[in-house]
Amino acid sequence: MTDLLLVLPVLIPMSTGILTLLAWRRRRLQRGLSLAGAAGLLAAGVALFAEVSGPGILSSQIGGWPAPFGITFVADLFSAVMVLVAGLVGFTVALYSLTSIDPILESFGYHPLYHFLLMGVSGAFLTGDLFNLYVWFEVMLVSSFVLMALGGGRRRTDGAVKYVTLNLLSSTLFLVALGILYGLAGTLNMADLAGKFAQVSASQPVGVLRMLPMLFLIAFGIKAAAFPLFFWLPASYHTPPIAISALFAGLLTKVGVYALIRVFSLIFVGDTAYTHTLILVIAGLTMVTGVFGAISQNEFRRILSFHIVSQIGYMIMGLGLGTPLGLAAAVFYIAHHIFVKTNLFLISGVVQRLGGTLDLRKLGGLYATRPVVAGLFLVPALSLAGVPPLSGFFAKLGLVQAGVADGRYLIVAVSLAVSLLTLYSMTKIWNEAFWKKAPEAGAREGARPDADLRAPLVPVALLAAVTVVVGLAAGPVFGVAERAGAQLAHPAGYIEAVLGGGSR
Amino acid sequence: MTSLILQVAVRVLMPLLLMFSVFLLVRGHNLPGGGFSGGLVAASAWALFAIVYGAGAARRALRVDPLTLIAAGLGTILASGAVGLVSGRPFLTGLWGALDLGAYGAWMVGTPLLFDFGVYLSVIGVVLTIIFVLEEE
Amino acid sequence: MAFVIGGLFAAGIYMMLRRSLVKLLIGLALLTQSVNLLIFDAAQLVRARIPIVPEGEHALLPPYADPLPQAFILTAIVISFGVTSFAVALAYRALRTVGTDDLDRIGETELS
Repeated sequence: MTDLLLVLPVLIPMSTGILTLLAWRRRRLQRGLSLAGAAGLLAAGVALFAEVSGPGILSSQIGGWPAPFGITFVADLFSAVMVLVAGLVGFTVALYSLTSIDPILESFGYHPLYHFLLMGVSGAFLTGDLFNLYVWFEVMLVSSFVLMALGGGRRRTDGAVKYVTLNLLSSTLFLVALGILYGLAGTLNMADLAGKFAQVSASQPVGVLRMLPMLFLIAFGIKAAAFPLFFWLPASYHTPPIAISALFAGLLTKVGVYALIRVFSLIFVGDTAYTHTLILVIAGLTMVTGVFGAISQNEFRRILSFHIVSQIGYMIMGLGLGTPLGLAAAVFYIAHHIFVKTNLFLISGVVQRLGGTLDLRKLGGLYATRPVVAGLFLVPALSLAGVPPLSGFFAKLGLVQAGVADGRYLIVAVSLAVSLLTLYSMTKIWNEAFWKKAPEAGAREGARPDADLRAPLVPVALLAAVTVVVGLAAGPVFGVAERAGAQLAHPAGYIEAVLGGGSR
Repeated sequence: MTSLILQVAVRVLMPLLLMFSVFLLVRGHNLPGGGFSGGLVAASAWALFAIVYGAGAARRALRVDPLTLIAAGLGTILASGAVGLVSGRPFLTGLWGALDLGAYGAWMVGTPLLFDFGVYLSVIGVVLTIIFVLEEE
Repeated sequence: MAFVIGGLFAAGIYMMLRRSLVKLLIGLALLTQSVNLLIFDAAQLVRARIPIVPEGEHALLPPYADPLPQAFILTAIVISFGVTSFAVALAYRALRTVGTDDLDRIGETELS
């Protein structure tokens, strides 16, 4: 049962991908399959979460090879939460893309790629082996490359070139780090490494021991878009179709953050004074540069892209604190961020449909004509800025508490200031797009103010509801995050689950 | 390209290459070879065909869409993994059974071979998709 | 071996720093190859038997090679093969839509 549950989040998107490939020319069948597959992934996520939140960490040795040699799939609470949220986002974006995606893109294989991407994401969340993590990263990236470049056009090709180059570079660095790590420790199983790396550390010069975590930090830092390697993200995320950029914004960088947290809470824990302080500094700088970048922009999706960068800072801050509370807050923050940010991107799609553009200078008056859209924008926007009682408030509260408890007042101050600036820039979007009077009534191309929005608004409303519910039920939800954080901070249980017998 | 030498050579080479690819596929478990290299050899046979007679002719001769090949290959891989799952073991567990071939002796068949066959199909599919698309540009 | 790896890395990075998109791709390809060699080297390259239990024996005969790095490299090669072929196709499309492979000129779209 455990074995089945652990591989299902990978198998379901994979089989959906295959089926949609087979239904290549039948568009309606493809769409139905796509939605059903996404729903299946969500269900698998729920089932996995239910199982993991009970007895504890699950593991399965793929192929029946015992742990340090074969590939292990592990699900602790953190992985389970991530898979659950990925399923949720996958489902809502699939729903949204049914109403919005260009039929031409569908004929180029949008649906199969979408599901292979989801497969890579959930594989990365579940694997217990660093090399396997690399493979899942690549599965995810290759699908995302194609999705990014799909359909062509000058801007999209340009964005794709940057995206592909930077991500390939980071994969290469990751591989370098893997090679050296294997040379040192002789294993790449994460649980096995946790013990072996500490042993090896005793006999190696400190330079080597510091270089390795740094290589991992850079490699995952590029993927997670942390300072100073974030620039590819705002340069490319605003080019693909809305549904695709919503999915990317929600999930892809978070896989990088997930990998960072996993590696730096499990393996590189010997030299925290050095590594984790550095991570904190990076976190602070990421927040600040991200939010300043956002303030200087005038395009809806670009503002949101820069906010992703700044939010990544918060997540890394939780990791840098390294305390159970800090890690718990980071887990909560990642989950919150995934659905809020996806939601904002989906709304930007709706706005684009109404106004024909995403340039804030040309938008306006949407509150008067479409109060529902405005209201739905307000929920995730305020949540992002951290206004109670929405989910973002509790995520930030947890981080601040953790920071204060640890005596790191500077980073706390920075994070609070950045919150204010986030609120400012959300207000800017609100003012420009919704509140101010519509600019000259000169009809713009593609503007359809009377478009029927009931279908695209369903997923948006769904995600907004999740934000509100998570905010209202913050106590129990944060309890889950706290347990996940405790599991991360004390990895003995994780190691035990992988190496100590496992399922066979 | 209409080189007479190539046209004649392809007729001889195609069957040889295809047979060789199957040979590689089957011997791959304990010796060099396997689904990936076998698939590449088979794909190169078809690529040669496409170079000589054009991608359209190659598509017609192949009969199935390369994309279907990819899907079928992935499906085979999935099935080979699911065998272990159904019998209560972890995903992708290698299971072996003997296939009695009468006079030829027993042949060991197992899910790793099925897995390799899936790889073989998908490699052919992927390479041919790329080649056909680029050729048709 | 170390010199070969270093040389490949240097060449790859030099190529990536050029302005041409095609050279960038060549640079990436060189980098992935050098990483493969690096994994090989880091995992100690030795003359040894293949890691398969010989017939009539019950355990591996030392010295045998470590099979894992080879599996890693094989996987990495397959992945880089796929990625490189995609990147080449992308470069080709960029050439067709923008009409240049000069990265600075492609990047001009950024400003608008």
